[in-house]
Amino acid sequence: MADYSYVREDMLPEREPPVSEVGIIGWLRENLFSGWFNSILTILSLMFIYMILAAIVPWLWTPTWGAGSLSECREIIADLGKQHGGACYGVITERWQQLLFGFYPDELRWRPILTFLGLFVALGPVLFSDVFPRKVLWFTGAYLFLAPWLMWGGAIWTPLLVAAGPALGYLAYRFLYGVIGNLGAVIVAVLVPILFWLFLVGPISSGLFSVIPLGLEVVESRLFGGFMLSVWIGVVAIAISLVLGVVLALGRQSDLLIVKYLSVGFIEFIRGVPLITLLFVASTLLNIFMPPGTNFDIILRVMIMATLFASAYIAEVVRGGLAALPRGQYEAADALGLDYWKAQRLIILPQALKISIPGIVSTFIGLFKDTTLVSIIGLLDPIGLTGSIRADANWNGIVWELYGFIALLFFLSCFAMSRYSMWLEKKLRKDHH
Amino acid sequence: MTTATEPEGGSFRPSMLIYDSRYRSATIQIVALIGFLLLIGWLVSNTVQNLADLGKSVGFGFLGEPAGYDINQRLLDYDSRDSHARAGLMGLLNTLLVAVMGCIMATIVGVIVGVLRLSNNWLIARIMTVYVEMFRNVPVLLWIVFSMAILIETLPAPSAYRGEDPAASMLLGGNVALTNRGFYVPEPLFGRMDEEGNPLSWRQGLGDVHLFGDAWLRFDVSLELIVVLSTLIAGILVSGLIRKRADRIQNRTGLRPRTWYWRAAVILLPTIIALWLMGFYLGKPELRGFNFAGGTHMRNSFIALWLALSLYTAAFVAEIVRGGILAISGGQTEAAAALGIRPRRIMSLVILPQALRVIIPPLISQYLNLTKNSSLAIAVGYMDLTGTLMGITLNQTGRELEAVMMTMLIYLLISLAISGAMNIYNNSVKLKER
Repeated sequence: MADYSYVREDMLPEREPPVSEVGIIGWLRENLFSGWFNSILTILSLMFIYMILAAIVPWLWTPTWGAGSLSECREIIADLGKQHGGACYGVITERWQQLLFGFYPDELRWRPILTFLGLFVALGPVLFSDVFPRKVLWFTGAYLFLAPWLMWGGAIWTPLLVAAGPALGYLAYRFLYGVIGNLGAVIVAVLVPILFWLFLVGPISSGLFSVIPLGLEVVESRLFGGFMLSVWIGVVAIAISLVLGVVLALGRQSDLLIVKYLSVGFIEFIRGVPLITLLFVASTLLNIFMPPGTNFDIILRVMIMATLFASAYIAEVVRGGLAALPRGQYEAADALGLDYWKAQRLIILPQALKISIPGIVSTFIGLFKDTTLVSIIGLLDPIGLTGSIRADANWNGIVWELYGFIALLFFLSCFAMSRYSMWLEKKLRKDHH
Repeated sequence: MTTATEPEGGSFRPSMLIYDSRYRSATIQIVALIGFLLLIGWLVSNTVQNLADLGKSVGFGFLGEPAGYDINQRLLDYDSRDSHARAGLMGLLNTLLVAVMGCIMATIVGVIVGVLRLSNNWLIARIMTVYVEMFRNVPVLLWIVFSMAILIETLPAPSAYRGEDPAASMLLGGNVALTNRGFYVPEPLFGRMDEEGNPLSWRQGLGDVHLFGDAWLRFDVSLELIVVLSTLIAGILVSGLIRKRADRIQNRTGLRPRTWYWRAAVILLPTIIALWLMGFYLGKPELRGFNFAGGTHMRNSFIALWLALSLYTAAFVAEIVRGGILAISGGQTEAAAALGIRPRRIMSLVILPQALRVIIPPLISQYLNLTKNSSLAIAVGYMDLTGTLMGITLNQTGRELEAVMMTMLIYLLISLAISGAMNIYNNSVKLKER
């Protein structure tokens, strides 16, 4: 019998992996020091980070929240014995409300706050459709009319009457459908609310207000400012431009040549010029284009131009959504015998808009950032306010703290929105497969 | 042959315009067109009425009047007696200057950042992510005013360079001075003079060509520059011929001759000789009195705008580049390797052509955004098209309608030119399908 004594008969016990391959050390070796080149890069980056932090952190870490002026800040910093100066947060303690709300009256600030909170509830069923019950959509509908009322104030009758416009249109449609047919009824149903809004809402509202004076104190738009203004311009422009954008996108996809070229011309024109030129149109030309005697205030004019601007971009986003729908959806709608509008309303748009939401959010982020441009035509958005704060004798010469604060607020809101958009994109991709 | 659904001919009723699908689309289009024309007519009649009420007329005569303002950074000669049209031209050139330089820098930074975001090095990838998120999520206008503040607040004044033991010293061998008034860099010049101002031997200046006489479009081209550039172009053409010859030899024999030194020589040598003949030298900035003289003065406003626009756009470019690289699946590299292609040629023949097809279209739209964002120059006082034509010219002449419309039109033309270039490119790299 052969001698197999050299063959091991029992299994060796499992050994721990080498310390250098697991845990923190393993991770460091794999991700930071995986070769001489990577090691040099890592060391250089560490030095870079250290330099930046060493320059910024001592500056940031300065307890100057109570200072009432720049010179007071400098005294505090000198007392602390800081070599290279420090941040002066007194300006933020004193002015943060102005940076957030502009000159909106102190005692009425609950209104923009309420509007802002309401925005999240109203957007809930659209943005987080799994969490919010669909019934909240009713609130979204009401919010469209309540939000402007909360912001600008005035008689409660105005938003109610404005909301009654579409209802009147619907009634007109039902009433006329049997009399003059579908198309005529649709045209009348569109015209009735517009005429009602233009000519009847004002008189009826003031009439009702004189009988039952229910309402909020009026706040003029020139008092709007700060972040509130940026958010408000952005939200209004995106909300209205959603409607315009869908119409333009459908127009651009349409088989009707004239409609198509009108839409293409509008979209390409708006996308081809910088927003600042459109804002100059708002500040210098828009009143010239309107009938003599019309006088919109500047914020309203800016909102109009921002809406036109956003609608061109939304149109392109929606067009992307329409193009991304499989051809079979269109054919299936045709096969069911649906006409153009029914197919759009029931089959195409619900799906196309759903896949466009990330793009719409990105457009909103872009527009929100672009609202800072209104400071160039003299509106008091956060950047516009820095001018007036720095003109104050107490804060003359302050730079970094103000810009830093504004940048931080913009960063937080835009970063959160872009993360949401990425999350949604991922979710839609998962739903799809 | 007629089908049953078709109505009998000759019985046209007006209601068929709406209910007959043969006529309905025409009806809708004509209604849309009439509505559009009515809208335009309404706007025009309002405008005419309003302008008449204000006692203004519409005309472009103001463009010929003297502008009466200075433009501190300009590419061509200009003074305040020149016309508004020339002032606008200076603005347009400044817009194009910052747009082109911004696109170049945004591309370089963006490509580096985009590639590094995919780095195996965890720390580098994180730093680049922080960079991208930081720049993307803060308005570009804030970055512009921020970089202006950094330049003004942190850089030394020109006086810091003065004296025996200056607080600041010039960089790059005493050629570049960074001050809070802007950067002073060497300027390329031709035709050196001696101390008395006489041209050194036969290496004297050839002079300039004056184009367009005294008109607002006038500009001078230095003859030396023409000579040098034409030598360079001729060199490139000859190098192209050498490459073609190498191709022919490779096709015939299968062996490619080494030509790179020949090609480098025919481009570089004649150009260097031409530069020497024309007396090329760099005019260095020098401290005279309270400020620097000589060299090119790049003003703060330009630097701030350039840096902010390019770093902001670079964050978007980085994301595009990253997406483009990720879009090419690893199978492509493996398949190319399986065919026996060498790694460097895999990159240039397989990966890049496919990645570029994904990268270029959004990249060009970023260039378009950068060009449009350059109109924010007005926030730091860089005199671009917005600052001249839509800024001071508008305020001085009170011609809002003409000035704003012209500015929009010019930007529109620039945008259309860029997107036209994009379409040409897209068509050339489009997948050739059956």
